[in-house]
Amino acid sequence: MSGPKSKLAEILAKREGDITSAWLELQAKDLKALSASEQMDTARKSRQFMDALKSASREGNLEDIAAVHWNPVRELLSDLSAGRAKAGYSPVETASFVFSLKQALFNILREEIANDPAALADAVWQTTLFIDKLGLFTMEAFQKTREDVISRQQQELLELSTPVVRLWENVLALPLIGTLDSSRTQIVMQNLLDAIVATRSDYAIIDITGVPVVDTLVAQHLLKTVAAARLMGADCMISGIRPQIAQTIIHLGVDLTGVITKATLADAFALAIRRSGFAVTKGGKEAKETNEEKRSAAGAI
Amino acid sequence: MGGFLLVTIQVDMHDRLALTLQDDLTSMVVRHRARGVLIDISALEMVDSFIGRMLGTIASMATLLDAITVVVGMQPSVAITLVELGLPLKGIRTALDVEKGMAALQTALAENEDGGDEAHQQ
Repeated sequence: MSGPKSKLAEILAKREGDITSAWLELQAKDLKALSASEQMDTARKSRQFMDALKSASREGNLEDIAAVHWNPVRELLSDLSAGRAKAGYSPVETASFVFSLKQALFNILREEIANDPAALADAVWQTTLFIDKLGLFTMEAFQKTREDVISRQQQELLELSTPVVRLWENVLALPLIGTLDSSRTQIVMQNLLDAIVATRSDYAIIDITGVPVVDTLVAQHLLKTVAAARLMGADCMISGIRPQIAQTIIHLGVDLTGVITKATLADAFALAIRRSGFAVTKGGKEAKETNEEKRSAAGAI
Repeated sequence: MGGFLLVTIQVDMHDRLALTLQDDLTSMVVRHRARGVLIDISALEMVDSFIGRMLGTIASMATLLDAITVVVGMQPSVAITLVELGLPLKGIRTALDVEKGMAALQTALAENEDGGDEAHQQ
């Protein structure tokens, strides 16, 4: 086995320049749509990769790319695929970085070992195995980056979608946006209850203007949240019920009696303010101006 | 405390303790002719269906003895558990802490007395 292995390493060392230029040409053909800066970047990365590959293959085994001296190569590859995953490349484009090296290598191998078919077949087989391993590694790194991105976005979505807003002394609002499922309800409930404790609020308004569909399950979740808030000693109101949703709720036979419901957040807020003993009056400069206008209008008549 | 009883639950409730509490509380309400009972469960971190039901029964017993019960200081996790257990404790007054519970008791008693007076006048 040492024959073809060292052969490949030997050829890599000897014809590095030729291989790199052939490879770059192939890549350029594959990735026509790239901009100039992206092509420059790819070329730079390819050269770095060839350097790393050369030094790694000089030191040892081509079969075991998990070994220590392959670290620089692996790092380069995972950097590259992570970058490409984030920049929105397709999996094919990412994988072609490594796989286009295969053709370049084959061509050089054919030139170098032209007179010994058996050795050529061995070397080709060796190269195929080696490149496939690198390719699989690239794809794994690519996939992992994508998964990281997805899970981070999921987390962000959860955090984004459940803010608890303090509207007034003792009045909290919870604008719900998007579909409610069990796990989200759990988070919403927890957030609301924590906020009630933190702000010592007496009134909580759940605004469902942003909830696209209310079915029995969602209604159930809402009722649970209201009940939990009541157990904490806060009065809970539901606002932002659109005409369509009011019809659905009644057709479904959901019982919302015992829960204060209002058509708009403003109505619910007004009620909360009134109940906590405040009154809203129009005052200040504007009110004075209106009065004066009225008076002058009356004088003109 | 001004015609009110304050019960603070400090340890984890187990079933026998709950029954003892029920016993003590009813006899205390009668002995002190209390008009209101505050049950502070802020130290309670775990509830099961039995404790949930017991809170309900204590409240209805106190109502029977003409005292208003307010459960105060419930932890968020306890509230969620009770709701998930299907025990929303309908008919029990709740408040965030002892202070608010006391205020709630006073308003409730005032309303009751108003209602009583009106009934008397008619």
